[in-house]
Amino acid sequence: MNTKKWLLTLVFLLIVLVGVPWAINASGRWDFYYTLTSVALLSIASAGVWLTFYIGRINIGQGAYTLIGGYASAILVTQLGVNFWLTLPLAGLACAIISVFIGLPILRLRGVYFAMVTLVLTEVARLTALALPITNGAKGIVSIPLPAELSLFGLTIIPDFATLENPKLAFYIAAVIMMVLCYAALYRIVNSRLGHLCRSLQQNEELSASIGVNTAYLRVIAYSISSFMGGVAGASFVSISQSIYPSTFQVVDSVNFMLNCFLGGLGYVLGPMLGTLMLYFGWDLLFTMGKYQLLIYSSLIILLIVLLPNGILSLPLFNKRGGGPK
Amino acid sequence: MSTILEVKNLTRRFGGLVAVNSVNFTVNEGEILSIIGPNGAGKSTLFKLISSFLKTSGGEVIFKGEKISNLSPHVVARKGIVRTFQETTIFRSMTTRENIIVAHHLRAKASLSGYFWGSAKARRDEALFADSADEIITFLGMEPIADELASNLPQGNLRALGIAIGLATKPEILLLDEPFAGMNHDETMHMVDLVRNVQKERGVTIMLVEHDMPAVMKISDRIVVINFGEKIAEGTPAEIRNNEKVIEAYLGSEDDAIGI
Repeated sequence: MNTKKWLLTLVFLLIVLVGVPWAINASGRWDFYYTLTSVALLSIASAGVWLTFYIGRINIGQGAYTLIGGYASAILVTQLGVNFWLTLPLAGLACAIISVFIGLPILRLRGVYFAMVTLVLTEVARLTALALPITNGAKGIVSIPLPAELSLFGLTIIPDFATLENPKLAFYIAAVIMMVLCYAALYRIVNSRLGHLCRSLQQNEELSASIGVNTAYLRVIAYSISSFMGGVAGASFVSISQSIYPSTFQVVDSVNFMLNCFLGGLGYVLGPMLGTLMLYFGWDLLFTMGKYQLLIYSSLIILLIVLLPNGILSLPLFNKRGGGPK
Repeated sequence: MSTILEVKNLTRRFGGLVAVNSVNFTVNEGEILSIIGPNGAGKSTLFKLISSFLKTSGGEVIFKGEKISNLSPHVVARKGIVRTFQETTIFRSMTTRENIIVAHHLRAKASLSGYFWGSAKARRDEALFADSADEIITFLGMEPIADELASNLPQGNLRALGIAIGLATKPEILLLDEPFAGMNHDETMHMVDLVRNVQKERGVTIMLVEHDMPAVMKISDRIVVINFGEKIAEGTPAEIRNNEKVIEAYLGSEDDAIGI
C-alpha cells in the first residue's frame, strides 16, 4: 500500500466512524444506524461471495452460511450462555468447517453447474433449520440477549451492550470495524501471491494444475474463507435483530449477495461493499414507488449489468490513472 | 545418455476405442524427442497420460525409476514434468511478467498463510520469483512485451509465453503440445531456435507433439511415430524419413508431409 491508499483509508475511517454518527446526530435520523449497520454486515457476506468469484465460481449459496452462522451464535448464546463475542469466530469457524465438507465435492463443478448447486444450499439450510429440534423449527430462536461484556484480565474491552445508552451506535461501530477488518483481509489476500494463485484458477484451472498448483486444495481454502465471512456476518445480524427464524436468510438474500458483487465490480476488492450500499439504499429509496418497486428495481439492475458489465467501480471516475484492481 | 522417462505398455481406452495401445519407448536425458503421427493417432492422449491429466487403462509411466502414472497432475508437475497446451493456454488477463511470476509456484517455500501475513520467507520467495521472471524474459527476448496483457499478444508471442511459463517451474521434462501450429515459416524457425536454446542452455529434456514435419525433422534428436494408437517406428530423423511403415501411414501426401 502506498501513502495515497493509506490516506484514503484514513479518510474513509474518519467518515464512517466520526462523520456518519455526527450527521445522524445532527439530523435525528436514528433509523439510519440500523440501515448502515445492515449494509456493513451484508457487505461482509458479499465479500465472501466475491472471493469465490475470484477463483472463478459463481456462488449463489452464501445465504446458507449466514443462516448457519446465525443459528450457531444464537444457540451458543441462549443455550450454553457463551459470550456473544466468542460466538462470532466460532460461528465463522463452524461455517468454514461445514463448507469444507460441502465444497470438496461441489467445487469440482464449474460455471452454471456450480451456481445451480449453491442455489439449492440456502433452501437446504432453511429446511434443515425448520426440521431440527435444536433450532426450534418455524418458531425460531427469539429474545436473544444483547452482546455481553467482553473483558480480558479484568479489563473491559467491549462493554455490555444492554447497559449502553445507545446500543445502536455501538452495533454500528462494531459492524464497521468488522467490515474494515474483513476488507483489509480481502485486500491482503488479493494483493499477495495468494491472490495471484486465485486468479490463475479463475483464468485457467488446467494450466494452474500443470504449473503445480494444488487446485482442489486452493479452491476449498478460498471457499471456506468465503463461508467464514458469511458465518460472521450472519451471527452479527442475528445479534442485532435479537431473533432468528429459518426465513431470516432466504434464496433471495443469496442472490442479493451475488448481485452486490456484480454491481460493485468483480475486479475490485471494494466492489461488493459499494454494491451492497447501492443495492440496499436503492431498494429502500424505491419504496415510494409502491407496487412498481420491484419492477423498477429489477429493470435498473438489468440495465446496470448490461451497461457496466465490470461494475460501478469500472467507471472512469474511479480509475483516473487507468489503474487496474484496487 | 541415461534414460529419464520410460513408457511401458501404456494403454488408454475410451469405451470401445483404444486411443493408445500398449506403447513402449524411452526418453533420454537432455534430448528433444518428437512424437508424430496422422490426425487422431493418439499423440495428445499420450501426452495427457504422461502428464497425468488422464488416467491410464493399462501400463505405466516411469520417471527416474519411479512410477508416476495416475498421480494428480500437480504432483507430476512437482516431480518435474510440466506440460504446455495445444491451445494457446495462458492466464489471459495477466501481463506477461505476472504470468511468469505466478508460474513459479513449484519453487515457493512459504506457506499460503505466510503469503497472507507477508512472512520473511514469503518476501524472499517473491523477490526470487521476480528476479527469475526477469531472467526468463531476457532469455526468451520478451522484454518489449513484458508488461503487456497476455490477451493482447499475437499468437507467436503466446507460444513463447507458454514456454516461459513452463520454464518458470524449472522442469526436468517439458512437454510441448504443437508448439509450431498455426505459425508461418519465419515464426516457426524462430521458435525452433528458441526450443533448441531451452534444451542446450537449460538442460531441459523436451518432448513435443507436432504436425509441422520440416520443423520436426530439424529440431528432433529422435522421433517416435504413432498410428492408430500404436507405435510404428522410432529413430533419428534420417531413419524415420526412410521408414516404409511411416511413409505408408502418411499415404498420399507422404512426400510433402515428411519432407523427403
